[in-house]
Amino acid sequence: MVGTSLAGDESVVDTATQVKRPIEIKWFLIGAVILVVAWLALIPLCFLVWQSFMTTATLNQPAVFTLENYERALGSADSLRLMGNSLQFAFGTSLFALALGTFFAWVNERTNTPFKSLFFAMSIIPLVIPGILFTASWIMIASPQIGIFNLVLKDLFGLSQPVFNIYSLPGMIWVDGLHYAPVAFLMVTAAFRAMDPSLEESAMMSGAPVFQIARRITLKLAWPAILASFLVLFIRAIESFEVPALLGLPVGIQVFTSAIYEAVQSYPSNIGLASAYAAVLLVLTSVAIYYQSRISSQGSRYSTVTGKGFRPRMLDIGRWRYLTGGLFILYVVLVVALPFLVLFWASLQSYYAAPSMAALKNLSFAAYGRVLDYPGFYTSVWNSTVLALGGATIVMLLTSVICWITIKTKIPGRWLLDLLASMPLVFPGIVLGLATMIFYLHFDIGIYGTLWIMMVAYVTKFLPYGMRYNSTSMVQIHKDLEESAAMSGASWFATFRRVVFPLLKPGLVAGFIYIVVVSVRELSSSILLYSPGNEVLSIMIWEFWQNGQYVELSAFGVMMIVALFCFLMVVQSVSKRFGISEN
Amino acid sequence: MLSVEKLTTIYRDGSGKQVAGAHDVEFSVPTGQLFTLLGPSGCGKTTTLRSIAGLERPSAGTIRAGNRMVYSSDMNVFVPPNQRQFGMVFQSYAIWPHMNVFENAAFPLQMRRNRPAATEIRNKVMACLEAVSLDHLAEREATKLSGGQQQRLALARALVMEPQLLLLDEPLSNLDAKLRDKMRFELKRTQRDLGLTTIYVTHDQSEALALSHEIAVMNQGRIVQIGSPRDIYERPATSFVADFIGSTNFIDGTVRGMSGEELVVDTSIGQLRVEARSRPAPGASISLSIRPEDLHLSEGAPTEQGFNRLSGVVEAKVFLGEVLDFRVEINGVSLLARAHPSLRTHVGEGINIAIDPAKCTMLATQ
Repeated sequence: MVGTSLAGDESVVDTATQVKRPIEIKWFLIGAVILVVAWLALIPLCFLVWQSFMTTATLNQPAVFTLENYERALGSADSLRLMGNSLQFAFGTSLFALALGTFFAWVNERTNTPFKSLFFAMSIIPLVIPGILFTASWIMIASPQIGIFNLVLKDLFGLSQPVFNIYSLPGMIWVDGLHYAPVAFLMVTAAFRAMDPSLEESAMMSGAPVFQIARRITLKLAWPAILASFLVLFIRAIESFEVPALLGLPVGIQVFTSAIYEAVQSYPSNIGLASAYAAVLLVLTSVAIYYQSRISSQGSRYSTVTGKGFRPRMLDIGRWRYLTGGLFILYVVLVVALPFLVLFWASLQSYYAAPSMAALKNLSFAAYGRVLDYPGFYTSVWNSTVLALGGATIVMLLTSVICWITIKTKIPGRWLLDLLASMPLVFPGIVLGLATMIFYLHFDIGIYGTLWIMMVAYVTKFLPYGMRYNSTSMVQIHKDLEESAAMSGASWFATFRRVVFPLLKPGLVAGFIYIVVVSVRELSSSILLYSPGNEVLSIMIWEFWQNGQYVELSAFGVMMIVALFCFLMVVQSVSKRFGISEN
Repeated sequence: MLSVEKLTTIYRDGSGKQVAGAHDVEFSVPTGQLFTLLGPSGCGKTTTLRSIAGLERPSAGTIRAGNRMVYSSDMNVFVPPNQRQFGMVFQSYAIWPHMNVFENAAFPLQMRRNRPAATEIRNKVMACLEAVSLDHLAEREATKLSGGQQQRLALARALVMEPQLLLLDEPLSNLDAKLRDKMRFELKRTQRDLGLTTIYVTHDQSEALALSHEIAVMNQGRIVQIGSPRDIYERPATSFVADFIGSTNFIDGTVRGMSGEELVVDTSIGQLRVEARSRPAPGASISLSIRPEDLHLSEGAPTEQGFNRLSGVVEAKVFLGEVLDFRVEINGVSLLARAHPSLRTHVGEGINIAIDPAKCTMLATQ
């Protein structure tokens, strides 16, 4: 019972045999956890690196050691263009998303702009919409051939050339930046909310005008958070697969993620080259993650004594607020309303056509029926459900044990466990998919080609999320709470069940929901791991796209967005009720 | 200098329910004086201060500083806080962590519409930093300052703009007890030396008594009493004021009549002569407040002339160092009395009590 708190100085405990046993169980548990995490996070990575130094094996030629993959990935003229495209795309996307997100966060948190509460709710929706749907809808909006914008402008002004071309680097940056802006919005908003309002009020009292306060105080103080969200966005952008695959590949703009995909899909597939690309990509994301963690650990430098909980006074920006309110609406239209309406419109057609009076006559719900009758439909719904619920459960339970070890015990080497479990953060989805594929191809335990290999990949990929949710709530459980339960005579198990677990529960539930949502969206790992019969929802969309079935894709997407939306509404109302009953 | 009339500021929570605020607040402060808003948390003192600052928008009333109207609901005037040019020290000090000491103090001057020359800024800032003895730390990072230094920097930053009015929001509450005593003297000296009109918000009665020319005691969003520190302490208007400022004994009684200039009151501890602040009719019930230190205890016969004389039994006593608190029972009523520690009467023994009629304060019924 006291075994946990005495773990650091076992020598003190010399006679009590009942103390010894839990320590042994604990060591066993810890060993098992370390093995599982290393198995998930480390070993596939080693296989990936190993493969990047090997030639492709054929029937009559075994694989041999080579540096050729890296020569192609780093030394060729193509590789320079690839690196240039990737960095331009990642920097462009992250800066665009950051500028949008920071601007809206400031307007929303600090000014008297209208529609604020509505905007906050709406701005989170893009986080739920799968990237492939968002990208597909923007193709229908701004592609040179079928894009509504282009068709409307052509009609209006009698133009011969399309105005917008979504199949371009700026197009890719536009779509991904719009989609990721809410990430920056949420991160910067959190930083603004954590700020002591009197820091800005004292600038106000010093006579500073509104925009000076924003520039010299608010943004300067939020700078670490802004920089951190830039790095997060950079990582997301360089890992991004959907946009480069759908918008870049058709016109030959390759970035690392789409290059990996092409190398694997080419015939014969070039695993070695894909692995070399993946290794280069890993270096980029590792550098970004390293700087991000350095910034977050320095963030506390700016924390100050906070005063009373006065909400900051909203700055009166006068007539500017009509402009900012208008921008709110424009953003919501571009990111939520327009994509959804375009998908909805397309889903009512029998074959894809831009909105017109003629097309209005052909509306029907037939596409929905066709999707429901589609052979793989129910299988993919079932597969996604199993993967989402199963993966989320495994991740949250596994990481709760890991967090307990890394935070609540003094076991030497626990930092290694923390590091291992957080390592998948640097794996772009497609790299993780590749590494997992290689590992289970060479180390056959019978899961290659089944749903379970995807489960393994999902669990690995979402381990860091579970770590974050669990460690946040674990840190809040002060040692005194456990010790006072022990002093009240509770056993270790009873303490866990009655004290620790109830306090962890909100974090567990929140993490579970988050992982369910991101699992359903997941495409970039699944794309390399699925096999016929094991499709998941995002793969279905991918296949519709590949087959040119835009109408079916749209109907499917509309159903998926509505379902995800309903899921979140239910979750929100349920957790609200839980929140009230718990407090 | 400052006059506040019928000021009402209302807060609403998310659902539009009124949560706290200030109602019908009225007072005026002459130039160069320190005026304190005193009260428990949630009494509306900070709301009032923030309304004067312009950080909250009142719903009704008038605020005038000198001959300048900064807020008037009738005339629809609201001068934004960044144009009022009032100096303010926040409870958290609000020292900007990304600037050093000099940059913090120079900020208000840099924000002036006609920004002074760099050398002038330098001179003014250094003069202010010198006034709060921080000039030797001018280049230090603001986050490296101690609590007391941060407080002084916040004051310097408020002073550098040579404000018409200085607003202090619980400036000492984040300091430890020793430092607080020291800074209290510093603050008083600075305020008196510069002759700055100052509004001071605090929940600490001893701070208010020590610093102020005048105090307004607030409760539930309204001012209950305005007066000099001595007035407020010795002649509390209501039982709330008597209770909030220092400790006191409340005694209920019925007026019997007048005896000379004194009121004779029948109370549960016996008949008391009380200084008449008003002339209630015989038979009226009133409430009295008697401070513990005004109950003079003695083992022998009391020597004071013209005092009420009572006797009781020592129920309990607590030794606090410089004073000795007695709980004395008189006719079944327990009273708190504060005596010099030299008094050695044991628990259970009889004791004599003398009370000056002038120290028996009649309270207004609430």
